[in-house]
Amino acid sequence: MVKMHMVSALNSALNIAMKENDNVVILGEDVGVDGGVFRVTENLQETYGEERVIDTPLAEAGIVGCSIGMSLNGLKPIAEIQFSGFSYQAFHHIKQHMARIRQRTNNTMSCPMVLRAPCSGGIRALEHHSESPESFFIHCQGIRVIMPAGPYDAKGLMLAAIKSEDPVIFLEPKKIYRSFKEDVPEEGYEIELDKANVRKEGNDLTMISWGAMTRLCEETIEELEKDNISVEHIDLRTLWPLDIKTLVESVNKTKKCIIVQEATRTCSLSSEISAQINERCVLNLEAPIQRVTSWDLPFPQFALENYFLPNKTRIKNAVKKVLEF
Amino acid sequence: MAQEQVGQFGINHVSILDKDGNVDEKLASGFTKEQISEMYYYLNLLRKFDEKLFNLQRSGKIGTYAQTRGQEASEIGSGLALKENDWFVPSFRELGIYLTRGTPKNLLVQAWNGDTRALGNPNHTHNLSLSIPIASQCVHATGIAWASKIKKEKDVTIVYFGEGATSEGDFHEAMNFAAVFNLPIVFFCQRNGWSISTPTNKEMKTETIAQKAIAYGFKGIQVDGNDVLAVNKVTSQAIEKARSGDGPTLIESITYRMGDHTTSDDSLKYRSQEEINEWKLKDPVVRFEKYVTKNNILSEEEKNNMHQTIEKEINEAVEQGLGVEKPDPAQMFEDVFAKMPEMLQEQKEELLAELEIIKNQEEEE
Repeated sequence: MVKMHMVSALNSALNIAMKENDNVVILGEDVGVDGGVFRVTENLQETYGEERVIDTPLAEAGIVGCSIGMSLNGLKPIAEIQFSGFSYQAFHHIKQHMARIRQRTNNTMSCPMVLRAPCSGGIRALEHHSESPESFFIHCQGIRVIMPAGPYDAKGLMLAAIKSEDPVIFLEPKKIYRSFKEDVPEEGYEIELDKANVRKEGNDLTMISWGAMTRLCEETIEELEKDNISVEHIDLRTLWPLDIKTLVESVNKTKKCIIVQEATRTCSLSSEISAQINERCVLNLEAPIQRVTSWDLPFPQFALENYFLPNKTRIKNAVKKVLEF
Repeated sequence: MAQEQVGQFGINHVSILDKDGNVDEKLASGFTKEQISEMYYYLNLLRKFDEKLFNLQRSGKIGTYAQTRGQEASEIGSGLALKENDWFVPSFRELGIYLTRGTPKNLLVQAWNGDTRALGNPNHTHNLSLSIPIASQCVHATGIAWASKIKKEKDVTIVYFGEGATSEGDFHEAMNFAAVFNLPIVFFCQRNGWSISTPTNKEMKTETIAQKAIAYGFKGIQVDGNDVLAVNKVTSQAIEKARSGDGPTLIESITYRMGDHTTSDDSLKYRSQEEINEWKLKDPVVRFEKYVTKNNILSEEEKNNMHQTIEKEINEAVEQGLGVEKPDPAQMFEDVFAKMPEMLQEQKEELLAELEIIKNQEEEE
């Protein structure tokens, strides 16, 4: 075990995958010599050469479209979009091709690849650098969407994503890239995809979160525990396909649920989780499900981002609402 | 201030066979009788199969169909230049290439009838399925060629698109990536005059499409797309150039979409009958017929035999393609993820329950 932050954990995963499999290639803007603007791909070009760690022209559709072609022709591309806010220029390729090729070819072709993108806010970044776009990708039927909540999960999920036979969108919350370290094995390991992680068992309510919100939830739960509130905390790990069974099991036990997401509210993953839990647990629910989210607004300039993003106060209010209902 | 010319560029146009069936003897001399015979077969097969599919749509037997009529030489000439392992990346009007690639014709009938089972060909994994969004396939093709290069394989990728695609950003990104990484790819533009109702001169202001390649740093060449010999020659050269590691080529194949955009379109709303008539004089299939007859390359008997084979093959394909059992509705859940996620499994069961109700209702009636 080594103490790693998420950037080093991801770098370690990519290094292991490239060492194990010659067909793994990394491509994107500034991923080679520079090692990526967040250094996730640092030193990989030095080790594996320019043909496998490729600095591309500045063109998101080109990066994703070419990765689709590479994947069709037997490589395992790991493409980086420098910030998820720029992934929309490649959205057409994600939605209409990456997600559909298996169906379009009657299962004779598929497009296993990983599309990595730093996402989400909280680091005082410039406009378009802070969004949480997971719902768009979840709505592209045919791709898997993953968002890790810390270094250990990031490495294990990345190695599993690279082995996946389907395309994966791997969203990396920038705020927790370097904000804390965890014990991470130096060797390779995989975390099962499509399975949520019960991080803490509890009895009074179920709190569901993912990405950077999981850390915020944990800090909030510590404070709630001082008031003797017992929270069962579940991190999704894989956002889609959703591990609804684990969520339902927990809500049937605690009978109360709040969902904490960094993305905006309407038509979001929290909307879907809320609907699914209502469909399956309505007779066990003792309070309406509460959603803690960002507001339904374009992400503001960073001077106001702390008022836009969920915070402990917003979470505690939701907890109070379900407990006092 | 000094001023000097820093670049000088030109575009060549290639033609071998003119509209009356006369050839440039020197350029035509490289073709064997076997090649001519193969071209004759495929040109006529494509013309007849295309007519058949059009008629099947008109009689309500298949869905919306995009005709190939007028583009036969452009497709057959280039399609026959490919080696079996080369990658074929189509847009949606390349029926002819599927034929030269040996795709079973019954599957093509079935595919135009909206049946997923006919898409994808397990026996030939280097043919992609139709790509309907414009120009996106150019980028995928670039990635395919890139993988061939990285894996040190000698396959070349050819990607097809119309001139409308050159207005898309994806065309630009594909051309630029292919140039920067010197990839083994041929960009084949079927300049057929129309993007639904938009004529070429409203898509672009450049004199040629081939010249666009110059801006990316590789060769562009223009060819008479209704001249199967010239198209074949130019494409073969571009493919061998790519195979030997000398990078991409853009081919501008000047042809004409003699039919409507699809069976849902009526092109007389935006173009004149006179224009269509003018292009009829340059018909690629008629032109080739004149050539082989005038030069006695194929005897009447040889030609008749081929026409009979073609008719028989098409009839069999239609019978087989339309005669298949309807697809299993639940099949649509199978081809999305490698292993069906539990939530989709649940939805599949909902569909199965729905089918059971419908079946029971039908039995009661």
